[in-house]
Amino acid sequence: MIRQPRVRIQSGDFDLSTEVAALRVDDPAVGAVASFIGTVRDRNLGTAGEVGTLELEHYPGMTEKAIEAMIDAAMMRFDIRAARVVHRVGLLLPCDQIVLVAVSSAHRGQAFQACEFLMDYLKTQAPFWKKESTPAGAHWVDARVADDAALARWGISASNA
Amino acid sequence: MMKVRLRFFASLREALGPGEEVDLEAGSSLGQLRDRLIARGGIHAQVLARGRAVRCALNQVMVDESSPVPDGAEVAFFPPVTGG
Repeated sequence: MIRQPRVRIQSGDFDLSTEVAALRVDDPAVGAVASFIGTVRDRNLGTAGEVGTLELEHYPGMTEKAIEAMIDAAMMRFDIRAARVVHRVGLLLPCDQIVLVAVSSAHRGQAFQACEFLMDYLKTQAPFWKKESTPAGAHWVDARVADDAALARWGISASNA
Repeated sequence: MMKVRLRFFASLREALGPGEEVDLEAGSSLGQLRDRLIARGGIHAQVLARGRAVRCALNQVMVDESSPVPDGAEVAFFPPVTGG
């Protein structure tokens, strides 16, 4: 069986059911799949409807390496069978999908936790940067202290924002 | 002297360009490399100033500034990440 990549960085969209099917294929020990999708909102700190486009930059090479290491950490920390992450880059519009995290396990508790862990980790350590364009012009989005706090709940110091 | 390949991303890339090769004294840390760039003055001093949040990676792994830089390393400086 060809080993599927656990991490994909791509400009094109992804489909949840396709990814979940690939995640749990040929694994009848899976009893639970938990997933998260992040999408582009039409507002950040400001008013609704204000974000025109969101541009996602990344560090090719490091991005894949970093997320693979996060998946390794999740596999060691939680009793899960497999995990995959798809993260889009390039120019996105409000309501577009940005990121998918999907985790399979025997039982739901570990799948839910590992999924949240991977998102909290990715938010503060994966080398992506967002640039919003609004009527007032384009600007880089600031990192949030709340995201560092989310990772700290898992006992990992983020020191990002 | 070591050769180091510098890379910049996001707002740092817009200010300083995508990267360059620099010479660095053997045994230098990432923090000392940042200080060398600040010492250039101008836009480098402005965007890399102490007090500004700048993160760094060594050979594509996130590290803190105390890390020593080996010869031929790829060093990246970038703002706090905002993915996901």
